[in-house]
Amino acid sequence: MPAEMRKKLGDLPNAADAAAAIRAGKTSSEELVREVLRRIETHDSGIGAYLSVDPDSALEQARQADRAVREGRSGRLLGVPIAVKDNINVRGQPCGCASAILKGYVSPYDATVIARLRAEGAVFLGRTNMDEFAMGSSTENSAFHPTRNPWNAEHVAGGSSGGSAAAVAGGEAVAALGSDTGGSVRQPASFCGCVGLKPSYGRVSRYGLTAYASSLDQIGTLTRDVRDAAFLLKIIAGADGMDATCLDRPVPDYEAEAEAGCVGMRIGLPKEYFVAGIDPDVEAAVRRAAAALASGGAELVEVSLPHTRYAVAAYYVLATAEASANLARYDGVRYGLRAQGAATPEEMYRRTRAAGFGTEVKRRIILGTFVLSSGYYDAYYLTAQKVRSVIRRDFDEAFARCDVILAPVTPAPAFRLGEMVADPLRMYLSDILTVPANLAGICGISVPCGFTPGGLPVGAQFLAPAFAEGALFRAARACENLRGSFTR
Amino acid sequence: MIEYEGRIGLEVHVQLRTNSKMFCGCSTQYGAPPNTQVCPVCLGYPGAMPMINREAVRLTVISGLMVGARINRRSKFDRKSYFYPDMPKNYQISQYDLPLCEGGAVVFDIDGVEKTVRLARIHLEEDVAKSFHFAGASGIDFNRAGVPLMEIVSMPDLSTPDEALAYLLALKELLMYAGVSDCNLEEGNIRCDVNCSVRPKGGSDLGTKTEIKNLNTFKGVQHALQHELARQISVLEAGGRIVQETRRWDMDAGATFSMRTKEDAHDYRYFPEPDLLPVELDDAVVEQWRAALPETPRARRARFRDEYGLPAYDAGVLAADHEVADFFEATVRHGASPKAASNWIMTEMLRRMSEKSAAVSALKITPEALAGLIGLVDRKTINQATAKELFDEICDRGGDPAALARERGLGQISDSAELEKLVGKAMAENPESVADYRRGKTAAAKFLMGCIMRMSRGRADPREAQRILEERLRIDLPGNAR
Repeated sequence: MPAEMRKKLGDLPNAADAAAAIRAGKTSSEELVREVLRRIETHDSGIGAYLSVDPDSALEQARQADRAVREGRSGRLLGVPIAVKDNINVRGQPCGCASAILKGYVSPYDATVIARLRAEGAVFLGRTNMDEFAMGSSTENSAFHPTRNPWNAEHVAGGSSGGSAAAVAGGEAVAALGSDTGGSVRQPASFCGCVGLKPSYGRVSRYGLTAYASSLDQIGTLTRDVRDAAFLLKIIAGADGMDATCLDRPVPDYEAEAEAGCVGMRIGLPKEYFVAGIDPDVEAAVRRAAAALASGGAELVEVSLPHTRYAVAAYYVLATAEASANLARYDGVRYGLRAQGAATPEEMYRRTRAAGFGTEVKRRIILGTFVLSSGYYDAYYLTAQKVRSVIRRDFDEAFARCDVILAPVTPAPAFRLGEMVADPLRMYLSDILTVPANLAGICGISVPCGFTPGGLPVGAQFLAPAFAEGALFRAARACENLRGSFTR
Repeated sequence: MIEYEGRIGLEVHVQLRTNSKMFCGCSTQYGAPPNTQVCPVCLGYPGAMPMINREAVRLTVISGLMVGARINRRSKFDRKSYFYPDMPKNYQISQYDLPLCEGGAVVFDIDGVEKTVRLARIHLEEDVAKSFHFAGASGIDFNRAGVPLMEIVSMPDLSTPDEALAYLLALKELLMYAGVSDCNLEEGNIRCDVNCSVRPKGGSDLGTKTEIKNLNTFKGVQHALQHELARQISVLEAGGRIVQETRRWDMDAGATFSMRTKEDAHDYRYFPEPDLLPVELDDAVVEQWRAALPETPRARRARFRDEYGLPAYDAGVLAADHEVADFFEATVRHGASPKAASNWIMTEMLRRMSEKSAAVSALKITPEALAGLIGLVDRKTINQATAKELFDEICDRGGDPAALARERGLGQISDSAELEKLVGKAMAENPESVADYRRGKTAAAKFLMGCIMRMSRGRADPREAQRILEERLRIDLPGNAR
């Protein structure tokens, strides 16, 4: 790890090492949690990674973990503090999706991923900031405050899991959970210089993840390194009786697979992902990573994903269509915000939703309602579904020629706060390199691979076929190991 | 004057008999305190996801098989969006273009004529919550939200409100036979939407239809249709046109009222439910279910006539309730003659059931006990009156009729010496009646028989006692020397 990154990442251990140290009695969970809380206290006012932190509860969980260690009980994450994106339900904590409409909502249940982490002894620190209902690419759409990039506070942290990425990159959490619907884990990881994993659709249960676009959403991890991503995925992956779309497929030993090295791997470079419009610094950093992998024993092949240019349009039709139904439940009837003084249910809905949703959320609900409406369904929704099949086929054909794909995560590094707020279309188009993986249901990971001359991190994106996370980790880990050789 | 005929189609929502809700594990038990059978899933909490209740799928497919529908080996669920406070997610998970069952028909008799109503489809969906309105506020009970509902959509093959009622009764009978629903109307297990139009008799085009929503009694369907068809005819006769709209039946006013017209009809924005995988049904499983189907009520009625030689009336009454029909057959299996078993069940058993408003299974009498009772009467061990008393007692407390009759000394008195004594006593105590008879008032014999039965507490074999009494009265006539 380059010295500069180590400084920023604050010398915290990764989750696997922290758990080992706590288990071995080299440190206590309380010590580690106090250290993380101290960093949040010191730095977060300038970053805004968190929406809420409950120090008392975190310390109580830490003391329980320490007791468990003393009593000889174990757990793969015993005592390790984890930050959770504000759209994943943790029993007894708020789960507001950074929206005003969920004001006062306290979750009555644990998401499946939370239950699995809890069973391994994880400590839940608090709620990380996000674009409202995960709709956005900069965490500027939070109803509360934006999240700033720990490398340069004038720049965005990316989004929608910007709070989780900034928390890990800024040393305010050992690891974090996020969600990725169109790049919402990989893009902020790339902007902030940490590792962002989007598992295959159906690999990790979505039960308890507040839905934005159900056929695209996937819970992912933000970690300090690839090893940790493999470590956490092993814990949270696997079939769940609460999510019918989570498949019953074996969970391999990802940590071991990650260490297999890249010798003999065929790494595909999609020509459509290296085109005009890509920032030259970004392109150069990713190509240096490719060259390093080649010299490390991988074989580079050019592949084609010819329908990439239709992906963003299809994504915004499908995602908003599903969102228009998913967000219909925020009506003021059962929980969250309720506008007072309405005379009829209709008026209550109108006033509650007008006051509770932000501009971007309203824009997407209206768009999604439109594309599903009678007479337009075939032209928009069905056409977008066809594009989705074509994009899936593109990947099938590309993966016939390579084991993993390597590409930039975003066309450009982290932009300035406010720079794109007035131009939502440009913001949507910057998702071009991440949304295809969600449409195809495959897995992807963002790994730091260098810096721009201005000092902003650049991420390399690896993509692998659905349920081929092992290959993904193998390439990403090799890239991570080679990082010293190709960052500036 | 033009004569009109109605075209009626029904959408029947049937609550399925499952222990848990359609998409979560909450209980479906009726009558629990408000909002005690709820969870994040059926309350539409953020992040909650549905899981399909396989039993509800099985019951729907069984219903489809009972009416000869095609079972789609691959079907799917869709989201139907509209805002209403009783809808937790503001979309209902239903089935749009790939329902579990398509086609099929319900066949029934009305006024002795066979009628066939074709079905369009049967699909599965989730129920909504129940709203309550108080002064100044409303409350919602979400216990019902998410309960499995099966929607049976008929073609517009019905012509009259009476036919609609007969169809509903036949459908209910069929569903109860299949064991897929309790069909308890008081608990809202069956609710109907009605589509109807009128056209000149013999015409081929369908007129403009109106829909009447949420009728929760069969009588309500019949009455609403009577009024709505009459309303449509009077509009047409006055030279007006029918507006395509949704109407509401007001039972107290005895009329339907417009709720919304086609222009402000909901756009439900159906799209495939992304939280659920399509339902795939294995051929072998469907065939297994098909093989285990119960006989239809109609087939059973025919068999009761053919196999047991019962009159059509008896067959109809017995087969109307599959538990009653089962009881009948079991009684015959235990040796009772079919007609005697039928008579006992149609009169005594159904009377007892309606008195107690209880199902067959709630009565303590078994088919074996009823067969035994019938045997005691046949062998003249007890008479009919005693048998009825015993029947009521066994219904309430159970028991073996032969043992009870023995214990209580309820056996019929058939011994001539005993009967002679009773006859002699009756004549001695009622000399006037004897005298009346002998003066030609033969009705006096009836009075004397009554005395004999009373004295024997109903145990005297009536036929034998009568024979002895008449013999004695004739023998002792004046002039007939002893």
